[in-house]
Amino acid sequence: MSYLLSNSGDVLILLLQHLRMTGIALGIAIALAVPLALLVSRLRWLAVPVLGGLGVLYTIPSLALIIFLVPLFGLNATSVIVAMVLYTQVILVRNLTVGLAGINPAVLEAARGMGMSVAQRWWRVQVPLVLPVFLAGVRIAAIVAIAIATIGAKFNAGGLGKLLFDGIQTNRYDKIVAGAIAVAVLALVINGLLLALEHYAQPQRRLKHG
Amino acid sequence: MSAIQFDDVSLRFAGGARPAVNRVTCQVNSGEIVVILGPSGCGKTTLLKMVNRLYEPTSGNIFLDGANIRQLKATKLRQQIGYVIQQSGLFPHMTVADNVAVVPRLLGWPKPQIQARIDELLDLVKLSPGEFRDRYPAQLSGGQQQRVGIARALAGNPAIMLMDEPFGAIDAITRTALQDEILRLQGQLKKTILFVSHDVEEALRLADRILIMRLGEVVQFDTPFNLLTRPADEFVHTLLGADDMVRQLGLLRVSSAMMALPPNYSNGHNPTLSHLDSLRDALSLILKTGAPALTVLEGGNPVGLLTLDHIRESAVNGR
Repeated sequence: MSYLLSNSGDVLILLLQHLRMTGIALGIAIALAVPLALLVSRLRWLAVPVLGGLGVLYTIPSLALIIFLVPLFGLNATSVIVAMVLYTQVILVRNLTVGLAGINPAVLEAARGMGMSVAQRWWRVQVPLVLPVFLAGVRIAAIVAIAIATIGAKFNAGGLGKLLFDGIQTNRYDKIVAGAIAVAVLALVINGLLLALEHYAQPQRRLKHG
Repeated sequence: MSAIQFDDVSLRFAGGARPAVNRVTCQVNSGEIVVILGPSGCGKTTLLKMVNRLYEPTSGNIFLDGANIRQLKATKLRQQIGYVIQQSGLFPHMTVADNVAVVPRLLGWPKPQIQARIDELLDLVKLSPGEFRDRYPAQLSGGQQQRVGIARALAGNPAIMLMDEPFGAIDAITRTALQDEILRLQGQLKKTILFVSHDVEEALRLADRILIMRLGEVVQFDTPFNLLTRPADEFVHTLLGADDMVRQLGLLRVSSAMMALPPNYSNGHNPTLSHLDSLRDALSLILKTGAPALTVLEGGNPVGLLTLDHIRESAVNGR
C-alpha cells in the first residue's frame, strides 16, 4: 500500500497504459463482434461454426496465444491487444446473438404490424431490448481484457502487470502486493461502472425492483 | 362500399402440401365485427395477416375501401390498421404511455396531441392514466396488458382493426370481461374489426358475421343466427355445437330473434331486457315472470318485442 502512495506517479502511468490497452482492445472487439453477431443472427447455420471456433480460441491459454502472435505483431502492446480482441470475441458475439434471439417474437411482430420500418424496429425495439444483455457481455469482456493486459507486461506492453513481474524478478513483495491490489481495484471499479450502465439500460427492471 | 374485400386470395407457403389459404373471396362491411373461426391450421391467421401485408398472397387481391393494398407502401398501410395480437406484444422497455404513443409518433403527430391521445385512450379502456401511464408492461396483469394492447392499436384512429386471437392466453373470466369491453368500444367507435378466434363462444358473442374456415377455404360466412339455424354442412354444425339447444340459446343475441315494434306499440307492463342479452336470458325471464312478451331495449329505448314463439322458432330452426 505504501508503495502505491510513494510511487503514485509511476503507478498512474502504468494504470493509464493498462486502461489504454483495455480500451483499444474492447473498442476493436465490439466493432468486430456487432457485425459478426448480426451475421450469425441472420444466417443461423453460421452459429455453430462461428461460436464454436471462437470458443476453441478461448480455451488457448493467454500466455500461449500471445507468444503465437509475437512473430506476427512484434514484442509490444499490439500482440497483447490482438490477443485481447480474440479472447473477448466469443463473449461479445455470444451475448449479442443470444440477446437478439431472446427477444419475444410477438414483440417484433407487433413492431412490424404497427408499421415500423426495418431501421425503426432496429433502433426503437431491438437495440434497447438487447442492450442490457450486450452490456453484460461487455462487462465480462472488460474483466477478461484487464486480466490479459496484466500478462502483457511480460511482452513489453507496459501496464499494471509490470509491477507484478518486476516485483517477482527483484523479490520486492511490496511491488507485487501493490500490483495485485491495483489490478484488482481496477477490475472492480470497471465492473461496477459497467454494471451501473447495464442497470441504467433497462428501465423496466429498475422500476420493478425499485 | 365494403371496407375489406378479398378477391380470389390464395397463399401457398414454400414447401406447403396445400395452400394455407385457398381462393377466398368475401367482403367485410364497414363497421362490422367479422370473426374468422376454425380449427388450428385452417388458415385463419394467415388470411388476417395478408390484410396488413405481413404475408403477401400468392395470387388474388385485397382491397381496403376499394384501394388495392399492393399499391400502398407496407409500413404506411400498417400504420393505418390497428393490430392486436395474442400475448399483447407490448414493448417491454417502454411505459404504457410510450407503447400507446408508438403509431401516433410514427405518423408524426404533434407532441401535445399525442399526450392527450394517450390519456383519452387509457380512459377509454378503463385504465386510469394517472395510475397506469408510467408503468411498464411487466407491472400489469394479463388483462391489463391486453387493454393497453387494444388502446395501442386504436391510437392512430384506424378505421380497421385486425385482432389475432387477442384473448387466447387469458383466463376465462377476464376474457369475458374483455369481450364485453370490445362490444362496448365497438358501440362507441364503429370500427371494422376482423377478429381471429378458435373459440366458438367468443365468435358467437362478438361477431356480426362469422367466417368459418377449414383447410384454407371458406366453409360458410354468415350471421351467428343463420350459422346456428342453417349450418352449411356437418362440419359447421359440429363446430358450433348446434345440437345443444339451451347452449345455443345462450349464444344468440335477443336482437337476432326479436320482431320489430308494431306501429301501435304502447309501453305496457312487459318486462324489459337489452338487445345484447342472450335468448337464454330472455327464456329465463319469460319463465320467471310469466309475461307473454318482452320489450327489447337499446340504449334505454324500446326497439323490439320478443315472445316465447320467437325463441321457439330459433330453437326449432336450429335442429
